[in-house]
Amino acid sequence: MGYPHKSHARETVVLSKHFGDADAKSFKGWVKRGGYEALKQAQAMDPPALIEEVKNSGLRGRGGAGFPTGLKWSFMPKEKKKAHYLCVNADESEPGTFKDREIMRWTPHALLEGTAIACHAIQAEVAYIYIRGEFTEPFQVMQTALTEASAAGVFGKTQIYLHRGAGAYICGEETALMNSIEGKRGNPRIKPPFPAAAGVFGLPTTINNVETLVAVPHILKNGAAWYKAMCLSNPKSTGTKLFSVCGNVQRPGNYELTMGFPLKDLVNDLAGGVKAGRTLKACIPGGSSVPILNREETESCLLDYEGCVEKGTMLGSGGVIVFDDTADMVYQIMRLARFYAHESCAQCTQCREGTAWTTKILERVLSGQGKMKDLDLLLDLSENMTGKTICVLSDSCAAPVVSGIRKFKSEFEAYITGKKRPAAA
Amino acid sequence: MPDELVNLSIDGVAVSVPKGTLVIEAAKQAGVLVPHYCYHPGLPVAGVCRMCLVEIEKTPKLQISCATQVAEGMVVKTQSAPAKSGRTGVLELLLINHPLDCPICDQAGECELQDFTFQEGRPGTRYSEYAKRFNPVEDFGPDVLYVPNRCILCTRCVRFMEEVAKEPVLNVSERGDRAFIGIHPDARLDHPWAGNVVDLCPVGSLLSKDFLHKARAWELDKTASVCTGCSQGCNVTLDLRDDVVVRIRPRPNLEVNRYFICDHGRANYRWMNRGDRIEAPLVKNGNDLAAVDWDEALARARALIAGAKGKAVALASPGMSTEALFLARRLLSRLDWTGAFQVTMGEEAPLAGVPNLALRAERAPNGKGAELLGYGRDYAAATKAAESAGVVLVLGDADAAVKTAGAFIYLGTVLPDPARAADVVLPIANVAEEDGTFVNRDGRVQRYSQAKPAPGMARPAWWVLAELAAGSGERGLGSAEEAFALLASSVDAFTGLSYARLGLAGRKAASGARVPA
Repeated sequence: MGYPHKSHARETVVLSKHFGDADAKSFKGWVKRGGYEALKQAQAMDPPALIEEVKNSGLRGRGGAGFPTGLKWSFMPKEKKKAHYLCVNADESEPGTFKDREIMRWTPHALLEGTAIACHAIQAEVAYIYIRGEFTEPFQVMQTALTEASAAGVFGKTQIYLHRGAGAYICGEETALMNSIEGKRGNPRIKPPFPAAAGVFGLPTTINNVETLVAVPHILKNGAAWYKAMCLSNPKSTGTKLFSVCGNVQRPGNYELTMGFPLKDLVNDLAGGVKAGRTLKACIPGGSSVPILNREETESCLLDYEGCVEKGTMLGSGGVIVFDDTADMVYQIMRLARFYAHESCAQCTQCREGTAWTTKILERVLSGQGKMKDLDLLLDLSENMTGKTICVLSDSCAAPVVSGIRKFKSEFEAYITGKKRPAAA
Repeated sequence: MPDELVNLSIDGVAVSVPKGTLVIEAAKQAGVLVPHYCYHPGLPVAGVCRMCLVEIEKTPKLQISCATQVAEGMVVKTQSAPAKSGRTGVLELLLINHPLDCPICDQAGECELQDFTFQEGRPGTRYSEYAKRFNPVEDFGPDVLYVPNRCILCTRCVRFMEEVAKEPVLNVSERGDRAFIGIHPDARLDHPWAGNVVDLCPVGSLLSKDFLHKARAWELDKTASVCTGCSQGCNVTLDLRDDVVVRIRPRPNLEVNRYFICDHGRANYRWMNRGDRIEAPLVKNGNDLAAVDWDEALARARALIAGAKGKAVALASPGMSTEALFLARRLLSRLDWTGAFQVTMGEEAPLAGVPNLALRAERAPNGKGAELLGYGRDYAAATKAAESAGVVLVLGDADAAVKTAGAFIYLGTVLPDPARAADVVLPIANVAEEDGTFVNRDGRVQRYSQAKPAPGMARPAWWVLAELAAGSGERGLGSAEEAFALLASSVDAFTGLSYARLGLAGRKAASGARVPA
């Protein structure tokens, strides 16, 4: 990926080619590297043809859900009767995920170019790039890039605005993000209506993740067939994806891989594996919201949408969190639950009360006061919190709890039976 | 054009409802009440409490029935195991931080959290050995207290202030399980319609200071009535404890007040419990009034009316029933008749989010009814005319400062000093003590019902006036319904109407109809 260390030979460097290259941040430097050519190419195309090209590439949303991008664009009204909007989700807040941050830090113009192309495809005159509030440096980089590119007039009539978040994880949920842009409390909305019918300001809106849009100029320049050919396993998962690796590995960082790459090789080979003398215990492959994999599953999982589902988890945003044998899974899961309890928007009962209760039970188990029946209670509570709320924050809290108890039950039991000394929560 | 109908089945009951109907509303038509908290037909859908989860065939997840529209052939199951377990789960979570202080909570007995927990909640708690959330009670406004510990964050109050009152002073503050209903730091919940948040609150979190600890819900007797606060004619329920009116709440009527009443109307009940009532008929005895029985008082009044010549003037309160106003006019029709009603004016206060709903400046519940019956608005001129009239009839608690050369008959609930000049004083029932009708400003004829007995010998005005019209020994009228039937057969505007046809929701009087001669 080029920063902070050299790209690994097994990476497929497309989006991250200019990471660490400070000159690529400027408008001139970006143009010198072939930037904004794809935008010109797109502007000469009919929107339906543009959408068709992206559909053919097999590009899927990189924010977590993996929804086909071209298909999403095609949901916008064909006959334009009202203003159309594009929202760019740069509110990257998923614990374990830090790819969009690097994209904006090093290649701001790549995002602006992808944004402008998408605007052309969906006939949006305005785009809002919603940037996580804590991303101070990426915001400044984006601001400079936007000023330069706007002055150069590359966007034509398309207006691009940067909007800073104020620190809420939930604002990364697409409809909460729209409420936040509108100046309202960042609460997810009930769907339908879907954003393509009534999104930001009640008008047809498409929302895409940063990494998704950054891939679009490459698809136009090199063709859908080229993109689609980048596939190591399931043909439904194409192209490259940035994986943010963190936790107990020797070389944490972002790695750009062709879809279908083995998770085991990413962890052990590219990221340097766990420290000498330790062994791999578990791995969360797609950001904190997805079920945890044990060692066996980690070693046999292929990194694409289908490969992760096959192992009972999800590719998510590609935030790979690695745990070695020193990790206390009970503590780790409690920390995740506490995060979700803190970030719950408080609308849905199951989430508001369930995330907090889950945290309390886990804290009690850690303190040595837990009971065996607490584990059944946690599972039952998680069932109650899954698939019953407006958004998936509640499900995200339940996922690591359920998989954690199923796969690392003995660690929970050790605290409950007193085999393990109480830990500070 | 009739709406397109959609056929679906709910718990095995087939129903046809207009396209676009929500499942929760369609279920009501199938006789199924899906438990719910955040949903309220008078508010925008929020879909947050998740209590109304139901199973819909061919849909993988449980759906909230308040935000799901009906579809052709839909099969809804509210009692399936997954649906029940989903709702039981919500109830458990709503209760973990709920104080269960029902014994001292005003809402107990009319609490939706109690009702649905009783219906399908878990018998015990699994939230043991943890402290419950605590926040102190807050004073939100002139009549509203917020008890955050009981709050289930359904946001009905927030949505009412934002979308119906259009004065967004409430919000959800904080996140997660720390959330509570917040009020703007510089604002008070003093909107003229703010009291509705107390009714909307499904639990005992928003309380009326006026009603605080006055009665337990199960001690209340409820009677359908019409608000007497202004000419809007909001439908209300009178809540009485031991024959004392202790609360007025809105009674839904989509044509008039939807689900709401204003704070003026809500507070307008204390006079119904006045203790200084006239309890016996009185007749002039020298310079004083003497209590007599009805026969004597009626005979005296009849004689005065029969002996009167020239003009007759009726000075009425617009709070009199349509029946009484009609019978009074009929009683005096032999003479040269003038009738007028007296209107008190006040501030107008619209409810911005509901068309044609306001606390009206004209504080006259039956001004329109009086007009339809030929009573005029020029009270001063009528008072002047009374000076030379042969007989003056004061109805209700209208201004009784009457100077007249003729006979002065007073029908009222209380006896202000000027009324002591009357030749005959006839005690009548107030709105809570009789059946009757009012006509609201839009010409809607609406019934109100008797909620408690009248004190002493006081009788409904329709009875008194019918007795006066009947000759001595003749039968008067047996009920307000009979009086109304007589009215309907005599006055064009009321043709075709009857108590049965009016029902509880009322009907419009014929417009532009001829006023009786």
